[in-house]
Amino acid sequence: MIANWLLGRLNWDALPSEMITIGGAIMMVLSLLAIVAAITYFKRWKWLWREWITTTNHKRIGIMYIVVAVVMLLRGLADVLMLRAQQATSVGASNGIITSDTFQQVFSAHGTIMIFFVAMGLMFGIINLVLPQQLGARDVAFPFLNSVSFWLFAAGMVLINTSLVIGEFSAAGWLAYPPLSEAKFSPGVGVDYWIWSLQIAGIGSLMSGINFTTTILKLRTKGMNMMKMPLFAWSVFGSMVLVAFAFPILTATLSMLYLDRAFGMHFFTADGGGNAMMYVNLIWAWGHPEVYILVLPAFGMFSEIVSTFSRKRLFGYTSMVWAIWAIVFLSFTVWLHHFFTMGAGANVNAFFGIMTMLIAIPTGVKIFNWLFTMYKGRIWFTSPMIWFLGFVYLFTIGGVTGVLLAVPGIDFQVHNSLFLVAHFHNMIISGVVFGFFAGLTYWFPKIFGFSLHEGLGKLAAWLWIIGFMLAFWPLYILGFMGATRRLDHYDASLGWQPLFIVAGIGALVICAGVGVQLLQLGYSIWKRKELKDTTGDPWDARTLEWATTSPPPEYNFAVLPEVTSRDAFWEAKQHKTSLTSDKLEPVLVPKNSAAGPIISLGVFVAAFGFVWHIWWLVILMTLFAVAAVMWRTLSDDESERLIPVGELKELERLSKKEQAS
Amino acid sequence: MSSTTETIMHMNERAGREKTLFGFWLYIMTDCVLFASLFATYAVLHKSTYGGPDAAELFSPSFVLTETLLLLTSSFICGLAMLAVHQRRKTMAMALFFVTFLLGAAFLGMEFSEFSHLVSEGNSWARSGFLSGFFTLVGTHGLHISVGLLWIAAMLVKLAKRGFTEANVRRLTMLSLFWHFLDVVWIFIFTIVYMMGVM
Repeated sequence: MIANWLLGRLNWDALPSEMITIGGAIMMVLSLLAIVAAITYFKRWKWLWREWITTTNHKRIGIMYIVVAVVMLLRGLADVLMLRAQQATSVGASNGIITSDTFQQVFSAHGTIMIFFVAMGLMFGIINLVLPQQLGARDVAFPFLNSVSFWLFAAGMVLINTSLVIGEFSAAGWLAYPPLSEAKFSPGVGVDYWIWSLQIAGIGSLMSGINFTTTILKLRTKGMNMMKMPLFAWSVFGSMVLVAFAFPILTATLSMLYLDRAFGMHFFTADGGGNAMMYVNLIWAWGHPEVYILVLPAFGMFSEIVSTFSRKRLFGYTSMVWAIWAIVFLSFTVWLHHFFTMGAGANVNAFFGIMTMLIAIPTGVKIFNWLFTMYKGRIWFTSPMIWFLGFVYLFTIGGVTGVLLAVPGIDFQVHNSLFLVAHFHNMIISGVVFGFFAGLTYWFPKIFGFSLHEGLGKLAAWLWIIGFMLAFWPLYILGFMGATRRLDHYDASLGWQPLFIVAGIGALVICAGVGVQLLQLGYSIWKRKELKDTTGDPWDARTLEWATTSPPPEYNFAVLPEVTSRDAFWEAKQHKTSLTSDKLEPVLVPKNSAAGPIISLGVFVAAFGFVWHIWWLVILMTLFAVAAVMWRTLSDDESERLIPVGELKELERLSKKEQAS
Repeated sequence: MSSTTETIMHMNERAGREKTLFGFWLYIMTDCVLFASLFATYAVLHKSTYGGPDAAELFSPSFVLTETLLLLTSSFICGLAMLAVHQRRKTMAMALFFVTFLLGAAFLGMEFSEFSHLVSEGNSWARSGFLSGFFTLVGTHGLHISVGLLWIAAMLVKLAKRGFTEANVRRLTMLSLFWHFLDVVWIFIFTIVYMMGVM
């Protein structure tokens, strides 16, 4: 009785029991211990606390987002290798390498982690690193809120990985459709872990959306009116507006699912007057915009990359901006195409089918504009351009299969088949992932002061492109042959095995690509002296982030630049003029704050209590988090630090010297 | 401090106020979307009584009208308090915010008694889809009110300690925006859940 009160549903059965999960859990615990030991051995705790954990500087926060996302990418890849191995071997008499239950957990984990903790993490990371400098600003609008956002994202990530060691992962798919995800059919803690880690990370994303929107609208430097903004900033603007409109729907939906599970409510249950299809509607009213939240910034990155490496201004700037806003608007009018088979009726399906096809138009405008930018340009085939060309080729094919799926009649045939799986991976991998890799390569020297090795980067891009085609073209064919998604066993007479084996080989080629990327990172760090960016502008680029040193000082610009045209930095270079005056003034920078990580710690433990129904812990930690917020609001009158002119001069001299050496 | 430094601090404060208020408006917009989702859910479920009682059987218009008047009055007093803030009358502002707090707390107390009455009669959130939607929508509003009360309390402490600093005025402006926003949401709850429910 008392144990029940103290620990809720938590007991010894929560520890993993299956070989493969035990292995994973031990691996994770050991690597955590190794990291802790290393930090202690090198006496880095204080440094970690002061320089990273409590930082409110957008560049450091951006780097932390990317570190988390890369670690999660490796986890997501490990998941996908299991899925591919299972589907390649589990045929006829053989039952493959993992049980059906583990298989379900693994595909749920793969989708959840890749979208929420890899794609979102890379996106917010790159936005943090680049956006303020591109606008000629010293930081984001709310640096402290930025720190809270990151730590909530990190707390969500830790929570979802805790499920590997204590409890189980959700087996209800990456979007946890009821009634399967209801307490009656998924009585374990998996779905609760899923709900709360997404809830926490989602609220972090929502706050980031508000933060970046305000940054774009209020912190642009002198002379940069909206139509002089770089296209990356425009695309982030579109994406963040979508965040602000879509993420509250996710918050509400996840809350309702939890209320159903924990308190016996009847929002989505099969009995009690609930309506399961309402969940599907709500989750996709968030989920479809989410796709564009991810892909718009990737489009923005390609816009910068293509124009820089073609040595030309971007073709059709105005139409690019309008295309973004057309996509933003349309993305809220298509959600029903995820469930044409629900039976909403021919007219409803026709409406959503047509709206879906319409999205191809602004996207097509963007593709053509990029190609026209390249036309007659002096193209420099760097690795970001290889990613871009892979993107144009693969993403266009994925777009065409999307238009195909938008026809309700065809959708009825291939609904929930591997054709669909191939389609959305085609959009997410070649659109979002290629875009972010291209962006990371492009901005890497700006962030760290040295470039990534080009040869290895090109090799990685080619491995990804070829691996992608090997992994997913077979899935399109299998989908037409009738293979459904989330299939853990099939009959040998179907003749699917060869295609599944090809897909497995493709996954291995992609893994080789990731291996080369890790090698590229290591090799570039080793050779960082030779790869050093001594100019601050290694690509001869066009936008303001390249006008400062690499890496930029804490305050980005000693004197804020003033712009008069769209590619002001490029024009200043051509005319050998300067965007800044020499007159230094004192600069305000945000101070460090421990409140962000502390608030998130409280939220994390409270969420753990929610998962296991440990109510005293929930109440205690909620009070703790509220107290932390109050403490911050009652004491934050001095949240900024002033750098006087003398210190500023010295800092400028030092960062120029470091860059030149 | 040199005069340029002072100018910079001052300009920064003004810019800070502008961007913070803008950011707060954005937050309110996102909260609107949250409530819109809950309203939509309620609209879908309001007939799903699963054999249980419906809105007409459960709600008393006079009780809800009293609640509504309490909240509307608190919003009005909050407006008066902001006028006192702009005139920099500290005691007056603090007294009026205190009255706002009391009225808000009374509203919350009434809501709590309504909820416990419903539960004690066996009409809890687990009874039907309709009641799940009702408790969640109205409860979410109540949760916002509780946050608002905490915020008012914190601001009373801050006002007592530091008076009308730029930062405090900015926070009070946001607080009053938040309070009026909750009022608007309540008007919709009053109309859609209670009035349309009992008609």
